[in-house]
Amino acid sequence: MQRITIDPITRLEGHGKIEIFLDEQGNVANSYFQIPELRGFERFCVGRQVEEIPILTNRICGVCPEAHHMAGAKAVDAVYHVDPPRTAKMLRELLYSAFYVTDHTTHFYALAGPDFIMGPDAPVAERNILGVIHKVGLEIGGKVIQARKYGHTVVEMIGGRKVHPCTSIPGGLTKGITEEQRQQIEEMGRWAIDFALFSLKLFDEIVLKNSTYLDLILGDIYTHRTYYIGLVDENNKVNFYDGKVSVVDPEGNRIGKYAPNEYTEWIAEHVEPWTYLKFPYLKKVGWKGFVDGKDSGVYIATPLSRLNASDGMATPRAQEEYEKFYQTLGGKPVHQRLATHWARLIELLYAAERWVELATDPEITSDNFRTIPTEKPTEGVGIVEAPRGTLTHHYWTDERGIATRVNLIVGTTNNYAAIQMSTNKAARNLIKGGNVNEALLNMVEMAFRAYDPCFGCATHTLPGKMPLEVIIRDANGEPIRELKQNL
Amino acid sequence: MTSNGKPKFAMYWAASCGGCEIAVLNIDEKILDVDANFDVVFWPVAMDAKYKDVEAMEDGSILLTLFNGAIRNEENEHIAKLLRKKSQILVAFGSCATEGCMPALANLTPIEEVVETYYSTISTDNPQNIHPQPVYKAPEGEITIPKLYPIVRTLDQVVDVDYYMPGCPPESHQIAAVIDLVIDVLQGKAVLPPKGSTIGAGGSTVCDDCPRKRDVKRIREFKRIQDVMLDPEICILEQGVICSGPATRNGCGALCPKAGSPCIGCYGPAEGVLDYGARLLTSVASVIDSNDPEEIERIIDGIPDPAGMFYRFNLGGSLLRASKAAWAK
Repeated sequence: MQRITIDPITRLEGHGKIEIFLDEQGNVANSYFQIPELRGFERFCVGRQVEEIPILTNRICGVCPEAHHMAGAKAVDAVYHVDPPRTAKMLRELLYSAFYVTDHTTHFYALAGPDFIMGPDAPVAERNILGVIHKVGLEIGGKVIQARKYGHTVVEMIGGRKVHPCTSIPGGLTKGITEEQRQQIEEMGRWAIDFALFSLKLFDEIVLKNSTYLDLILGDIYTHRTYYIGLVDENNKVNFYDGKVSVVDPEGNRIGKYAPNEYTEWIAEHVEPWTYLKFPYLKKVGWKGFVDGKDSGVYIATPLSRLNASDGMATPRAQEEYEKFYQTLGGKPVHQRLATHWARLIELLYAAERWVELATDPEITSDNFRTIPTEKPTEGVGIVEAPRGTLTHHYWTDERGIATRVNLIVGTTNNYAAIQMSTNKAARNLIKGGNVNEALLNMVEMAFRAYDPCFGCATHTLPGKMPLEVIIRDANGEPIRELKQNL
Repeated sequence: MTSNGKPKFAMYWAASCGGCEIAVLNIDEKILDVDANFDVVFWPVAMDAKYKDVEAMEDGSILLTLFNGAIRNEENEHIAKLLRKKSQILVAFGSCATEGCMPALANLTPIEEVVETYYSTISTDNPQNIHPQPVYKAPEGEITIPKLYPIVRTLDQVVDVDYYMPGCPPESHQIAAVIDLVIDVLQGKAVLPPKGSTIGAGGSTVCDDCPRKRDVKRIREFKRIQDVMLDPEICILEQGVICSGPATRNGCGALCPKAGSPCIGCYGPAEGVLDYGARLLTSVASVIDSNDPEEIERIIDGIPDPAGMFYRFNLGGSLLRASKAAWAK
């Protein structure tokens, strides 16, 4: 049997590896997307003072520590049965909205954008952020840096540090913000709205008005009919910080909503012996293997799934874009994975609008940012939407507030089964009769880039751009051809 | 020196979170100075280079390598040894590489227990109690994943290290200062510090950078941060909440205490401190206002997790390094 190894490990670390096996006819027999890392936060957070866990779990991922800090903060609120004051919740969500702007901007411009702006068949050397800047102008590079900078500035003002925020504790925050800070935050937020609108316009001009790209988005190769989940508010509008998790089936019917403390009724994780990472699935539907459809419990949790699982966006301009999204793509739900990039920009706009909404709330500068817990700590679950998927933190403590058990289901992990399926599908579509063409590399890469996989959360890789090395071996295991990308 | 005449620069991550890379990217336009003065030959997050290219380089041909992340598995160790061989100056960059950081708290437990916990959580459906193995015989052929080591090690427990740059992550202004220094050295305007030095940090403690007032006040009770409204002007430790400032090297600018949170010790042991936890314990003990053994015991009971509190970032680099049970493997 022939074997193809798509091995990012050659980029010097076990970030993920795809093994593709061919049958006697040279068609794909099976493939394995392996995750070779396990650090074990679920174990070493046990025994710690529970209020420390939102700080410890920051170190799961330096790309999105804000998400872990927020999920952790909500979990410790729940452990202590304390409801933080409105100002504290708003400040946390404000920090989180600014973070989303930074994160989605980075993904679109530096990681995913090049495929569209430069074109999926552009030379590798041009399919990067520099290529994008070259094509659309130096000014955009400056805007991207500015968006990152503004986001990090707000994170530091509220969270105390640019990387690994430290201010969320059970019952609220250790500090508030001043009126002077508020004004700066508002000003940066208004800039962020303009930047988001500009980004959507760019997407419209470069991608949507190009029928080749639109066909690529709407084509079958990147389509999977799965379930979708996402956090929604009481009006079933997308929310990143709070609410219930909405679950819709492949036909777009909402089959239910669960509160954080009900997650074990909905989500279970499957284990395979060939990879360290687990495969979450919908417990009510069941694990049927790496297949899509209504009978398979495979779901995704991404910007696309959040739009599919909701009834709309809670801010006006993002709502307009939401409506346009479904009108253009033929109604809900959208199963085409490449549409995730568009969905991400709609979320970017929502995050910027929400940033300004929160920054202009009269109570945002209130000193009432803490509630001291009075009840004995027990157990609690916190859920937020990380940019790469629904993030669940679950802590149990003894009566002194020492963690006795910890469970974490992190963003990218939700999508692991779907990522495995998407790369498998791309490989099956491209490898026939033992022939591999150069397009495989980018087509396979595009298949999982749509998920913005951050194995920093699952392991520790930065999101997006995955190096690939495809080694085609003959039946004796001897390499007969090598293809490389991003190596 | 390479064909373009510039010295070679590399940055690598082992078992880490990616925060060190983000901190380097946050130096913003300073990145251009790196580009102008160095030939960046290997930096997985920022550019495309290949493992085999590094192997093919002459030994010692990379002038400067910043290595972040701890040594958790066999692959981490392999790359650490390779980069040591290829680099003239190897810097242990960030808390994981210098002292193990939080992932080294796993050293309190045998690795089998760490693995067992992950594959038996409340949401895990694992009736056959599967634990993934380094080698798996799939129906189509054998596939592998790296083997996990019994304990997490720091970089200098695996290879010889030239300099240490602490922080979780190192602050961007400190990174920028180190880059300036190296550029000055290259231009003959400065000399490198002695081998083994800590760079990109101060020579005293976080307390020296902290604006909070200290009155050498003593306490009769330790409190948890959620149970007290801290006065923003007064020393956090003197308000009864454990703050790692007295044992921790300065360099961050006392960010956490300025934001109303105690120092958590991410910059590691202050200059001359042999064991971080022992030093912090001494500092904490010195604020206890009692000579009565029973009362002291009661006060100390207010620190329910001394291992996590005193070795939060530093267990891997401490004199203890790991629990007996983890070592036994």
